[in-house]
Amino acid sequence: MSFLREDPMPSAMIPGPSAEPPRASESQHRSLSRRHRIDRLFVYFCMFTAFASIVILAVLLGSILYAGLPGMNWQFLRSAPSSVASEAGIQPAMFGSIWVCGVCGLFALPIGVATAVFLEEFPARGKFARMFQSFVQLNISNLASVPSVVYGMLGLTVFAGMFGLTGSAHQPIFEVGADHYHQFLSEGDRILRVPVPDRQAAATVVKSPMTALTSAGASVEVNVIGPRELLPKSPELRAVTLRTDAESGIISDKAWYYFRFPFGRGVLTGGLTLMLVVLPVVIIAAQEALRGVPESLREASLGIGATRWQTVQNVTLPCAIPGIMTGSILAMSRAIGEAAPILIICGIIYVGSSPANLMDDFSVMPLQIFNWASQPQQEFHAVAAQGIIVLLGILLSFNAIAVFIRQTTQKSLS
Amino acid sequence: MTLRRTGPLRVYPLPALALTSSLAILMFLGGCRDRSERAPLDDALATDALASEVKDIEGSISIDGSSTVAPISTAAAEAFEKEFRNVRVTVAISGTGGGFGRFALGETDISDASRPIKPDELAVCRENGVRFVELPIAYDGLSIVVNKENNFVDSLTIDQLKMIFLEEGGAKTWQDVNPDWPDTEIKIYAPGTDSGTFDYFFGDVVAKNEEMEHPRDDMSVSEDDNNLVNGVAGEKGAIGFFGASYYFTNQDKIKAVKIVNPETGEAVAPTSETIEDGSYAPFGRPLFLYINVASLKRPEVKQFLKFYLANAGNLAEQVNYVALTDEIYERGTEHVENRLAGVHFLNETMEKQTGTLSELYRTDNLVGAE
Repeated sequence: MSFLREDPMPSAMIPGPSAEPPRASESQHRSLSRRHRIDRLFVYFCMFTAFASIVILAVLLGSILYAGLPGMNWQFLRSAPSSVASEAGIQPAMFGSIWVCGVCGLFALPIGVATAVFLEEFPARGKFARMFQSFVQLNISNLASVPSVVYGMLGLTVFAGMFGLTGSAHQPIFEVGADHYHQFLSEGDRILRVPVPDRQAAATVVKSPMTALTSAGASVEVNVIGPRELLPKSPELRAVTLRTDAESGIISDKAWYYFRFPFGRGVLTGGLTLMLVVLPVVIIAAQEALRGVPESLREASLGIGATRWQTVQNVTLPCAIPGIMTGSILAMSRAIGEAAPILIICGIIYVGSSPANLMDDFSVMPLQIFNWASQPQQEFHAVAAQGIIVLLGILLSFNAIAVFIRQTTQKSLS
Repeated sequence: MTLRRTGPLRVYPLPALALTSSLAILMFLGGCRDRSERAPLDDALATDALASEVKDIEGSISIDGSSTVAPISTAAAEAFEKEFRNVRVTVAISGTGGGFGRFALGETDISDASRPIKPDELAVCRENGVRFVELPIAYDGLSIVVNKENNFVDSLTIDQLKMIFLEEGGAKTWQDVNPDWPDTEIKIYAPGTDSGTFDYFFGDVVAKNEEMEHPRDDMSVSEDDNNLVNGVAGEKGAIGFFGASYYFTNQDKIKAVKIVNPETGEAVAPTSETIEDGSYAPFGRPLFLYINVASLKRPEVKQFLKFYLANAGNLAEQVNYVALTDEIYERGTEHVENRLAGVHFLNETMEKQTGTLSELYRTDNLVGAE
């Protein structure tokens, strides 16, 4: 060992204690300067690549901002998509994205962290338990590299349809939070509703005596007449008149907690599918974070008599939060930008309003942007750019919150 | 580090959860819409207890299918939702085949289709007891145009189009296409490769054989059809193609080429009439809606179709398609009102019937779907 690799100055080269031939030293000197040249070149190369990626990012952001900012206004955030570019808005897709990512986060973070804790903090003792743990570990590593579109198909089969084993979203086997009505339109063009117990209820037959609810919720006696009878003259009576051949359609008032099984192509299915996509990321990040917690902390905790769970709860998990949050940032960023699985589940879709319950149809921002960008009219490309700005804004604020949590927790650890 | 110091940290796994759940609440607040929107209607009720409530009906309508038809359906849905505020219409794009797949299972109320239903799709509908009304709503026409000063080209055959538009065709000047024509250089203006028009022109007609035939790569491409109009208008040797409605609105700037109908051998110019009667082949095709008869019982679906049919012509032209004749719309209305379920483009033995839309779309040509 004749010199230190980190030594920046060739002049500081110290000849080895063993008498080496001067020729060798000279060649060493030459090779050293050459190596330093390569070293500098490599630094320049790194600077260039770093700079290039910044430039590309800046150009992309610049062109998006240039295209999108002029048309940006609050109206864009508040209105529904439209076939007229100037009236198009992102509200349903934005809330769709937030709902889906909210569901995804609610499921993925607890499950992911719990799995990581199980794998890292509760090492298996028995042979079978060990095999099970390594099986889980192997699966997680494999799942992390599965293309997200595959999860989309899985989500469609499992969550949306439950393998087609138990009814469909239109004939669910279980439903809660919905009031069903048969909606009639009376001869006086007034809405009359007849409550029915469930979706499969047989069509309501109009026959006297019959009561129905008006749109204001009042119960009224229906004036039933035959298909060929003369209509009453008075408008008040007409308003509650139904012919015996009148047809009704089923409508459902759904509460915010409306739930059905199977789920259908709604927000819950989208969120759960995205959960599958991000779960491996969350688990692996959480595992890394837990591994980073010094063993001495665990030993100290166990040493003063804490149980394994108390150690996890009070020592390991709090110490690992910054790392877990970093993983969650990555996972949620991926979830909000993911288009492929959602495309499989709900397709490109026009929805005029935000979802109101977990089973509602929805669209997400990446799909809405894709839809706009593929429109032939130039004006829609500007609208797509506006959509991208909104998406970036939401993404960055998601990240900001996570970074904030990471910073606060890190501080108290030091 | 002592356990006491880690004490306050115990709560830290919670912020993540608290955050997500508060986010969920936030979303929920944002998502609540129906109640507030219905409030004014209740007010109206109090003042005028006998006003028509047709526009207050509730419900939801789901549409799925062709991406070609979707712009018309989306425009209809959008306009309908403005008038009927309690009805939620969703228009998904799964393609004609994908749309029929869901429609045949009764999952959707209406299926958008850029071609008539196929026998195998009809068979699935029958299996599941789905009866439907077939309803043409617009024409998708395509016009091939040249410069106004181009006085030598009057009509083109499909083979000549292949010479001009394909890599394999190899025509660089008009003389290469027809020796009688001058050796003016051909300059091509085409819609973007991701437009349906491009797909239809090449995929369905000019470059049907994907392996042997490739579109030229030296075309001037624009996603905006107006650029194409200006490009063709500004250059003598230019040729271009786009939706027929762009030609109709720019007839003073450009000239449409007659296309030789491969079946009859006649050169036909694109007009509303020739597109409508099917003689402008193969660059015209009708677009359809298929409506589940069971859904037609629902007041909101009935109202939506009434609205759709009343505005179909305008909506179609608004999104650059050709409106059908009033007669066809009247027949369509008749079909919807009387729930005449069945197909017109297949005969009893499930073979494809050929003919124009007005010949085939008649009640006496209806083959029951039961």
